[in-house]
Amino acid sequence: MEPPLLQVRDLTKKFGNVTSVNGVSFDIGDGEILGLLGANGAGKTTAINMVLGIVTPTGGHIEVFGKELMANRIEVLRSMNFCSTYTQLPGNLRVWQNLKVFGQIYRVPNLKARIDEVLEMLEISHLKERVSGELSAGEGTRLNLCKALLNRPRLLLLDEPTASLDPDIADKVRKVVKRIRDEEGTTILYTSHNMRDVEEVCDRVVFMHKGKVLFTGTSEETLHHFEEESLEDVFIRVARSGDIESNRERKEGGS
Amino acid sequence: MSFYTIKALVLRYLYLYTRTPVRIVELIFWPLVHLLVWGYLTRFLQQNVGDDFPHEITFLIGAVILWDILFRAQQGVAIFFLEDVWSRNLLNIFAAPVTNADYLGSTYAVGMMRAGVTSVMLAGLSALLYSFNVFQLSWALIPFVFNLLIFGWALGMISTALIVRWGPAAETLAWAVPFFIQPFAAVYYPVDYLPTALQWVAKLLPCSYVFEGMRDVLKDGVVNWGELGIATGLNVVYLAAAGVLFVRVMNTAREKGLLTKFASQ
Ligand SMILES: Nc1ncnc2c1ncn2[C@@H]1O[C@H](COP(=O)(O)OP(=O)(O)OP(=O)(O)O)[C@@H](O)[C@H]1O
Ligand SMILES: [Mg+2]
Repeated sequence: MEPPLLQVRDLTKKFGNVTSVNGVSFDIGDGEILGLLGANGAGKTTAINMVLGIVTPTGGHIEVFGKELMANRIEVLRSMNFCSTYTQLPGNLRVWQNLKVFGQIYRVPNLKARIDEVLEMLEISHLKERVSGELSAGEGTRLNLCKALLNRPRLLLLDEPTASLDPDIADKVRKVVKRIRDEEGTTILYTSHNMRDVEEVCDRVVFMHKGKVLFTGTSEETLHHFEEESLEDVFIRVARSGDIESNRERKEGGS
Repeated sequence: MSFYTIKALVLRYLYLYTRTPVRIVELIFWPLVHLLVWGYLTRFLQQNVGDDFPHEITFLIGAVILWDILFRAQQGVAIFFLEDVWSRNLLNIFAAPVTNADYLGSTYAVGMMRAGVTSVMLAGLSALLYSFNVFQLSWALIPFVFNLLIFGWALGMISTALIVRWGPAAETLAWAVPFFIQPFAAVYYPVDYLPTALQWVAKLLPCSYVFEGMRDVLKDGVVNWGELGIATGLNVVYLAAAGVLFVRVMNTAREKGLLTKFASQ
C-alpha cells in the first residue's frame, strides 16, 4: 500500500495551559480530499499551522511525503501551499506583482503563463492589474487561492477557503478544488463551516471537538454512525455536546 | 541561503517602493532635514567659535552622513519585517520555503540599498551646500561604511527580535533602538567627553570607533587601522549574537504561536 501523503500522529499543542490540539491523529492518502470539521476553537487552524511548520507541536509527529516535517521543512514546503482566511497578500502591490513574487519564492517554471492560468482558473483575469488591497473580500480570497495553486502543490491546505464567498463563487471554488484534484492529483486538507462544501468536496471527514478527533470516516459513514440526516445535524450535535455516541448506542445504553 | 528567494523578497520590496512613492519621501526627507540642521549649525559655529577648530568642526556633517548609513541599515531589517506584519503577509512568507537566512539576507540587501540611496544623496548635498567632501575620508571610507552597515544589521535583528517577542505594540522599537545607543556612540562628540563609565559603554559599541576614526581623519588625515580592527571584531560578535537571538526568537514565536497572532492582529 502507498504510504499516506500526510501522516499526523498524536499531535498536541499547548499554548500555556490551554490545550488547543490534543492527541490528534489522521492520514491523508495521495489524491484525497480530507475535510477537517469542528466548532470554533476546535483546533483546526492550529493543526493546519503545525502542518505548515508555523507553529511547533508540543508533542506528536508529522510526516509529509514520507519525510519528517521539521527536519525537512524547506524541501517539503516547496511542494506544499496554503490559503487561509487569516492571511492576505500585501495590499499595496498589484495582483500580478504579488503572484510574481510568490511564484519566484516557490520557483514556479514558466511563471508568466502560470500566473495567467491560475487567474483564469479562479476567473479573476480581469483583476490582474488591480491593487490587491482594493479587492473585495471575496476577490481577495480568490487571489489567495491563486497564490496557493501557483506551484502546483502536491499537498494543499485550505483553511476556510469559501468563508467570504458568495454562493455562486463558492460553488466555482469547490469545482476548482475538485478539478485540481482530478486533473493534477493534488491532495487537499480542507476546513470549512459550510457543510454543503464538505459534502460536495471531501472524500472523508475528520470531526474535531475541543482539540480531539471524535470521528473519522466518509460522509456516509459519518451520517450512519451518528444516525443523523445531514452533516449539519451531526456538526451541531457534536458542537453542542461533544457527544460521539450514536443515537443507537445511546438508546441501547439507556434501555 | 538561496539567491533566488532573496531576489524574490527584494523584488517585493522594490514593488512596494514604486507602488507607494510616499515611502521615498521618508527615505529622503528625514536625512535631508538632519543634514540641513547640522549643516547650518556647523556654519554658524565655524563663523562664531574661535579659530582653534574651524576645520574639524565639519565632522558634524560627516557624522550626519555616517549615522544615516547605520540608521538605514538597521531600518532595512526592522521595517522590512514590519511591512510583512502590516500587510498580514507574515504567514505567507514563513509558510513558504523561506529560511531565516533567506529572510535576513533580503533584509540586508534592502538595508544596503536604502543606505546607498541616502548616503549618495547626503554626500552630494553636503558637497553642494557646505563644500563638505566626503571623499576626504579617502580609503578609510570603505571600512567605515562596512562597519556601520554590519552594526546596523545587528541592531536591526535585535529590534526585530524584540518586536516579535513583545508584539506589535513594541513596533516603535524599529525606530527607537538606534537612538538608545546614539548618546554613547560618540556620533557628534568625542568619546572623551563622556563620563568614564559611559566611555566604557562607547568602547563596546563598534560604531563609536567609526565616528572617532572619522574625526581623526578629518583632523589630521590619520587612519587608526587598529581601532577599526577592534570595531570589526566587535561587529562580528554583535552580528553573531544578534543572529542567534533572531533565530531563537523565531523558534519561540513558533512555539507560542506568535507569528499567527501577528497575522490576525
Ligand atoms: N497563538 C495562540 N496563542 C494562544 N492560544 C491560541 C493560539 N492560537 C490558537 N489558540 C487557541 O487554541 C484554540 C483553538 O484555536 P483554533 O484557531 O485552532 O480553532 P479553529 O478550530 O480554527 O476555530 P475557528 O473555527 O474559529 O477558526 C482556541 O481556544 C484558541 O484560543
Ligand atoms: Mg480556524
